[in-house]
This record gives sequence, structure tokens and C-alpha cells, in this order.
Amino acid sequence: MVNRVVRKNVRRRPGGVAQTAAFAVCGRFGLVRNPAARRLIMSDSDPPGEERFVFECDQLDLLLAALKKHGYRVVGPTVREGAIVYDELRSAADLPVGWSDEQEGGRYRLLKRSDRAHFGYAVGPHSWKQFLHPPVRRLWQASRTQDRLEIVPEKDDPPKTAFLGVRACELHAIQIQDKVFLRGGYSDPSYKARRENAFIVAVNCGHAAGTCFCVSMQCGPKVGAGFDLALTEVVEETRHYFVVQAGSEAGRQILGEIPHREADVSERTAAERIVSRTAEQMGRAMDTTEIKSLLYSNYEHPRWESVAARCLTCGNCTMVCPTCFCTTVEDVTDLSGKHAERWQKWDSCFTTSFSYIHGGSVRPSGYARYRQWMTHKLAAWIDQFGTSGCVGCGRCITWCPVGIDITEEVQAIRSAAPLPARENEENHGNA
Amino acid sequence: MFTNNTEVMAAALGPGPMVPAVFRVQRTKKETSDTFTMELLPEEGPQEFAFAPGQFNMLYAFGVGEVPISISGDPARRSVVVHTTRDVGPVTSALRRLKPGEGLGIRGPYGTGWPAAEARGADVVIAAGGIGLAPLRPVLYQILAARQHYGKVVLLYGTRTPADILFRRELEQWRSRFDLEVCVTVDRAVGSWAGMVGVVTKLIPRAPFDPHSTIAMICGPEVMMRFTVQELEGRGVATENIYVSLERNMKCAVSFCGHCQFGPAFVCKDGPVFRYDRIQPLMAVREV
Ligand SMILES: Cc1cc2nc3c(=O)[nH]c(=O)nc-3n(C[C@H](O)[C@H](O)[C@H](O)COP(=O)(O)OP(=O)(O)OC[C@H]3O[C@@H](n4cnc5c(N)ncnc54)[C@H](O)[C@@H]3O)c2cc1C
Ligand code: SF4
Ligand code: SF4
Repeated sequence: MVNRVVRKNVRRRPGGVAQTAAFAVCGRFGLVRNPAARRLIMSDSDPPGEERFVFECDQLDLLLAALKKHGYRVVGPTVREGAIVYDELRSAADLPVGWSDEQEGGRYRLLKRSDRAHFGYAVGPHSWKQFLHPPVRRLWQASRTQDRLEIVPEKDDPPKTAFLGVRACELHAIQIQDKVFLRGGYSDPSYKARRENAFIVAVNCGHAAGTCFCVSMQCGPKVGAGFDLALTEVVEETRHYFVVQAGSEAGRQILGEIPHREADVSERTAAERIVSRTAEQMGRAMDTTEIKSLLYSNYEHPRWESVAARCLTCGNCTMVCPTCFCTTVEDVTDLSGKHAERWQKWDSCFTTSFSYIHGGSVRPSGYARYRQWMTHKLAAWIDQFGTSGCVGCGRCITWCPVGIDITEEVQAIRSAAPLPARENEENHGNA
Repeated sequence: MFTNNTEVMAAALGPGPMVPAVFRVQRTKKETSDTFTMELLPEEGPQEFAFAPGQFNMLYAFGVGEVPISISGDPARRSVVVHTTRDVGPVTSALRRLKPGEGLGIRGPYGTGWPAAEARGADVVIAAGGIGLAPLRPVLYQILAARQHYGKVVLLYGTRTPADILFRRELEQWRSRFDLEVCVTVDRAVGSWAGMVGVVTKLIPRAPFDPHSTIAMICGPEVMMRFTVQELEGRGVATENIYVSLERNMKCAVSFCGHCQFGPAFVCKDGPVFRYDRIQPLMAVREV
């Protein structure tokens, strides 16, 4: 029911600030200089022997062709209705070439860049979870005859899919959902099949949005592990190329099928510089110090009242979040009453029906529902899956119609909270 | 952090984590005006069904929906699946309308069980409110089957009116045993009721058990469980020896749907049976 993102306060038409270059856009929101950013990038330097290759921008179509030759449907970013969304790509021309974005709490708008960068924007309202954990899925069908009930599971035969343009935060989000669906005692066969059929082309970010805070969540902007190929787009005055890293055997094979050569020192350095510059342009930051006990010890904090007064409980934040995984089920029957189906759909903890048990909802107040969402995301998730449920992508901030900002809410609780008891874990962000 | 005595058992019924197996109603027994007990047999022919007392199944009523219902049968009787359900809404009412021979879907068993093994050598207090007696009946069977391993065994049961008393005949049999103390109370006495009137917590002060060597198992409405714990604590039972069974909305029962979360716990997997000291702080918070 809440599968559609409600967009208010968002201008749908691409903005006309044609002269604005991506980095100037970020500059307008001011730089958040996070000392951790620099440390991260430097310690993240390549392990020895890790090779980098190069291919020119106009060869990107060859990559798409190679993927298609191997039977992959290629999906990636494209412009639709004033936003960058993920959809099937016929060619590299379908990418948002020359587009960037401007994002703030409750605000999203596309801007023209002064160059022809293919990946010169941050994440939009879509995430890859729609391909791995579909918004709507039939689980099984049942038929009833006079003396027999039969239940037939859905045959799940997902197409081989290549994800082109997966950002560092999104890779982390995928790895987090892996823990939810594949490592919790039970395993979801549908997710597993989709995951195994995915080929991941990651892209290092060259532009951070005003709502990005992956650096403080230790989830970006540099792509770490879990990809087949990783690209860094380098746009220079006279040249436009990609520095490529292969992260798997499948990745090496695809790369082997397109013209490429080893990157030289200046190309490698150019690529490194791009991602370290992005790290310094984070629009926001979240202090995750002992966040688990901070939230566990503040179930009754007055800030929940304040956020509940602003929150519309629309569920947008849960729909756009790349890690939110909750679902509901719907039973349908045909008119004959002989055929029934069970469908699974994304659900949101912001609805009252979410926690309904006989007699009423467990969380009737908006206070309790926002608290549940944020406490789950940033604290309970650590107990459940050994990782934070937030990767710092900023989507929930941008797509919240009233601009509620998870980083600000954490800060408000932190600044007015007694110091929580010490925890023994070291890391409260994403491992 | 919540893992109980009973390991999460791999679900035995259903071809996939979300796909039910088909069972047929063998018979339905009316317990009270709104509560009934169903005995179910697998469509595929005889099959062993093992479960830990306290665990539940997901029951699917054709075309209507699927709900979590605890197993209320004897764990030693493995050929049949037994559920006692109160008709409160669309799904439970569709289940009640099923006639012998008709089919329904089952997935399970899911969740944690009562600490029957931990309780060996100790006194046992079983406190039930309303339909909460159904999820506790299997552990009582289990304890009675190995009666010599336990100290005093006390069953405290509170329900709305005398007409709402579940398992009436069995309760009478149990009451006549010398090795089992059975106390029943009703909220409102109607007709010829000569027994106790009042909430179940009132039975605790005079119940015969040694608070320092007791395991308590409680199932009922959440307020009833809170007050029962308070009374038990008042008599000196430590909260790590008290277990409760929680109810939350559940759509999947395999920790994917997120609905049953209670703080860091998934009630379907880390519960429904929890050791009280592990959830005590959360029980004190409104609307968790
Ligand atoms: C672990 C566990 C064990 C239980 N054991 C028993 C038992 O032994 N006997 C018994 O009578 N009842 C038991 N219940 C409660 C039982 O599941 C609810 O009474 C039942 O779901 C009500 O559904 P309904 O459609 O008949 O009625 P309504 O309460 O009107 O429900 C309407 C709809 O809300 C949803 N809903 C309501 N409650 C729940 C729930 N808890 N989980 C998921 N969806 C829900 C369903 O979609 C349902 O169709 C148990 C619940 C849990 C969590
Ligand atoms: S909580 Fe917000 S910032 Fe964090 S991963 Fe989800 S959408 Fe992104
Ligand atoms: S925080 Fe914002 S997006 Fe999330 S439910 Fe509230 S109003 Fe909607």
C-alpha cells in the first residue's frame, strides 16, 4: 500500500541551472570536513598486486554488449520524471549523461552538468533491493476442489541481471540484506536465486549529495569488496575514461572481452583523487559512537515526541531505504472461490497495521513507530545481524516529505542524553 | 542474546520457508463458545511431527489468511498435530468453520519452547490466562510424563467466566491427581460456580512451591503476565527462572517479514518463549 514514494516538496522537472558543475553544487551546501574521511581513504589503499585497468568512455557500450552476450539483462541509472531511477539499459546513452543532482532534506532536483559525465550524481529514490527483494512477489498458488487442497510454490526463475552503477553504500546495503535473507537460520530461496544471478558493476562516487554521510558509516564513497567490476569515471578536459578493477573471476572474464590496458600511475592517481575528494564533500555525518546503548537507553527520550509531531508516518523512508526489508502478505481469491494466491509485498513499520494483534496495534502512536524504525536501524540491527542497518546513503532524508533527518535525530538524542554505559564492541557502524 | 534452552528447530512442515504443507482436519472439538481444538493429519499420509512444547505453527485458511497458533497437543503423540484456537476474527473463524476432511495449510514448528529440561529437579509453576492455557498444555503433558523428575507442580489458571474454562474434563482429571496442584479462578462467577473468583495473580501468594527452587512458565495477555511476574518476584522467584510467551504480529515466522520485532528480538525465532530477565527492561517500555 505504501509501495509508492510520495513526493512532495520536490520539483519534478529537471532544474535548469545549466552552468552548475557537480562539485560547485556540493560546495553550495558547505563541506563537512570529517577527519575520519581522510584516514579511511588512506588506509584503504590497494592491497599489493591489485591491478587497475583503463578503457575509454566510448567503450562503455562494449561492456554492456559483453554483459548481454553472457545473457545478462543490464539495469542501471537512467533519468525518468525528473529523477534518476534504476531501469533496464539498452545502451550507455540511456545513462544520465551530463546530469547531476541536488539533494537536501525533503528536496531532490536534477541539474545539468558542464561535462558529459555518466555517473556524476549521487543515489536517487531507487535502490537495487527492488531487483533482489522485489516490491511485490507471488509466493504460491492454491487450488481447492471438492476433496482436495493443493498448494503450488511459485517457480522462481529470475533472469541473470547485471547491475551497472552500484555505489559503495549500495554494495554495503546488498551485503546487509544478504545477512537478513541468507544468514539468519532460514534462507530465502527467492533472494538467493536473484543474488546468485546478479553481476555487479560498482562505481566509485565522484560526487556526494547534500544528504550523503557514507563516510561516517564507513560505507563509502570508495567501493570496498563484493563487486565483479568496479569503475572510477575520470572526466578530464581532453579525455574521458574509466579506471577498472576486477573483483571476481566473472569480472575478469567480462573485462577480458573488451579492449582495455593496464592503468598507468597518473591514471590510478587521478582515480584515487576523485574518490578521496568525494569523501571530503559529504553533506552530512552521523556520530555512531556507542550508538546501540545510546538508543537502547533512550526509549523514553522527549525527542521522540518532537519527531513524531513532524513525521507523517507515510513510510517513504522505509520504501527508499536500501536495507529496509520488512514485508507483508496478501491473500487473494478468484470469483469461483477455487483458486487462491499469496503475495508478498514490501511493508513499512510506519503503518499501524504492521504491529496489529487481536485487540489493536502494538504501536498506535507515531512516537513509537518512528522510534521503532530508527532504533531498529541503528541499534537492534547490530544485535540481529552484526552490522548497522544504515549505510549513510541519505535517501530517507531526501525523500522524507518533511525533511526529517536521521543524522539530526541521532544528534538530538545524543546531545540531550546521559552518557550510556560503555559497550564492549569496537565498531558500531558497518563491519 | 535471546537464545533459550530450546534450539530453534528447523521447520519440518512445508516445502519452503514460506510454503505450507497441506493437512486435513480429522476432528474439531468445541471447547467453549468461541474456542475449539482441531486435530490435523497430513494429506500425504502418516508422518511424524516432532515439536517442542511452546512452539507454534502458521495455519493457513484457504483464501483468507495465515495466522500463528501454538501447538496444544501432547508432544509424545507425534502422528497428529493439535491446535486450540479462539475465534476472534477472519482467519480463526474460517479455521473454526472447517469440517472434518477439509484441508488447510501448515508451516512449522517455529520458535522457542518452555524450559522443561531446566526445570528438572525444581518446583514448577504454570500460570495461564484465557487461551494462554493452550500453549502451556504440551509442557504440562511433558512434565507429567516424567513426573518423578520434578518437585511440586502447580497449575494456576484464570479465565473470564466458568463457561470459558478450557480443557474442562482434563482439568478435572488433573485436579484429582495427588502430584499436581490445580487452581482455577474466574473473573466473574456465573451460575453454580463455587470456585475462586478474581485474577490469576491472586492465586500466587498461597500456591505451594519453593520460590528459591522454582521455574515459572506464564502465558496470557501481556498485562496478566506482567502482574504474575510481579507476584512471583514478590515471593522471591528470580526473574531468570521465569519464562513468558509473547504474542506479536507475524507474517512469515522465519524472521524475514520484520513484523514481530520486540527490541532486538524476533518473537518468531528468539521467542515466543523468553526468559523474563532478558526482556524485562523492554517490558517496562510502552509500545515497543
Ligand atoms: C506465537 C503465537 C501463538 C499464538 N497461539 C495462539 C493459540 O494457540 N490460540 C489462539 O487462539 N491464538 C493464538 N495466537 C493469536 C492468534 O494468532 C490471533 O488470534 C490470530 O492471528 C487472529 O487472527 P484473525 O484473523 O482470526 O483475527 P483478527 O485479530 O481480527 O486479525 C485480523 C488480521 O490481522 C492479522 N493478525 C492479527 N493478529 C495477528 C498475529 N498475532 N500475527 C499475525 N497476524 C495477525 C491477520 O492478518 C488477521 O487475519 C497466537 C499468536 C502468536 C503470535
Ligand atoms: S536509514 Fe536512511 S541513510 Fe541509512 S541506509 Fe536507510 S535510507 Fe540510507
Ligand atoms: S520520517 Fe519522513 S519519510 Fe519517514 S515516515 Fe516520517 S514523514 Fe514519512
